[in-house]
Amino acid sequence: MAKPKLKTHTIDRDWCKGCSICVEFCPKDVLEIDDMDKAVAARKDDCIACKLCELRCPDLAVEVRTDKD
Amino acid sequence: MAVKDYIRERFFPHIWCAGCGHGIVLNSMIRSIETLGMSKNEIVMVSGIGCSSRICGYVDFHTLHTIHGRALAFATGVKMSKPELNVIVPMGDGDALSIGGNHFIHAARRNIDITAIIMNNRIYGMTGGQYSPLSGAGTLATTAPYHNIDPDFDVVKMAMAAGATFVARTTTYHAKETTDMIRQAILHEGFSVVEVMSQCPTYFGRKNRLGSAVDMMKQMKSITAPIGSKAARENPEIIERGIFCQEEKPEYCSEYDKVIERATQGQGV
Repeated sequence: MAKPKLKTHTIDRDWCKGCSICVEFCPKDVLEIDDMDKAVAARKDDCIACKLCELRCPDLAVEVRTDKD
Repeated sequence: MAVKDYIRERFFPHIWCAGCGHGIVLNSMIRSIETLGMSKNEIVMVSGIGCSSRICGYVDFHTLHTIHGRALAFATGVKMSKPELNVIVPMGDGDALSIGGNHFIHAARRNIDITAIIMNNRIYGMTGGQYSPLSGAGTLATTAPYHNIDPDFDVVKMAMAAGATFVARTTTYHAKETTDMIRQAILHEGFSVVEVMSQCPTYFGRKNRLGSAVDMMKQMKSITAPIGSKAARENPEIIERGIFCQEEKPEYCSEYDKVIERATQGQGV
């Protein structure tokens, strides 16, 4: 079975509180905190769509969509 | 259904602090319900008071936000009148084991089919960081500036001793594990307890110099290990994670149905 490929990675900026949990636990260092203290997927090309950011986001702000969803 | 179909989006962003573990419990809990493919109409969520109990306001099920520590008493009433519904009770450590300690042990003793999720952040966060029965000796809190001398409960041992038939422990770091355990707890027929070790970076973390929410989650990863694992066997300080007990015992509502049957058939003493 082919690995799921990333379609969209969205972060709700109104819901994100900039706690850095997604940034720290991303295995591919895709995310970072911007100058507004919000998480952004700065390196989407590196994303392997493991969804760990989405699963651990305490603010339900992250949504990762893949070609399998 | 997607995660957002199970929440009341109009109340977001939620009131919890940045990095609060309770949000991760909410996230995992919704995913377990999504995995089970349950309809929103067959779930009742009952909560008491505290940061953790605010979870009820954010989910689009039948919800009751009740009084401090008494969520299980209300939940017992709901379950006995509508046994076909799935009743989930999210509670904080203080709500479940201090104010509601009595309700907790008796709900466990009765083995009523309710899923209790104890979001253990070891502090009363909402009221300013007072120590809870799970803070543990040696910790610092607003009300224990010279270190707490109260030993803590072991939720797992207590739940098992009181008669709960499904008892599990996990942490917010282990989000996938949390989802799976809550799923199994909901499926279990009888009183199910899932202790989720959660982080309160604002009070417990800051008072005890544990760093950020991320640091606290990393700590939860390092101080826990699966039941019976090599790490757990070699280090007595390790807190074990996993399902500690899963057994079949007569469930309270089913037993009560038998009482109704005996009474309607005139088979009293």
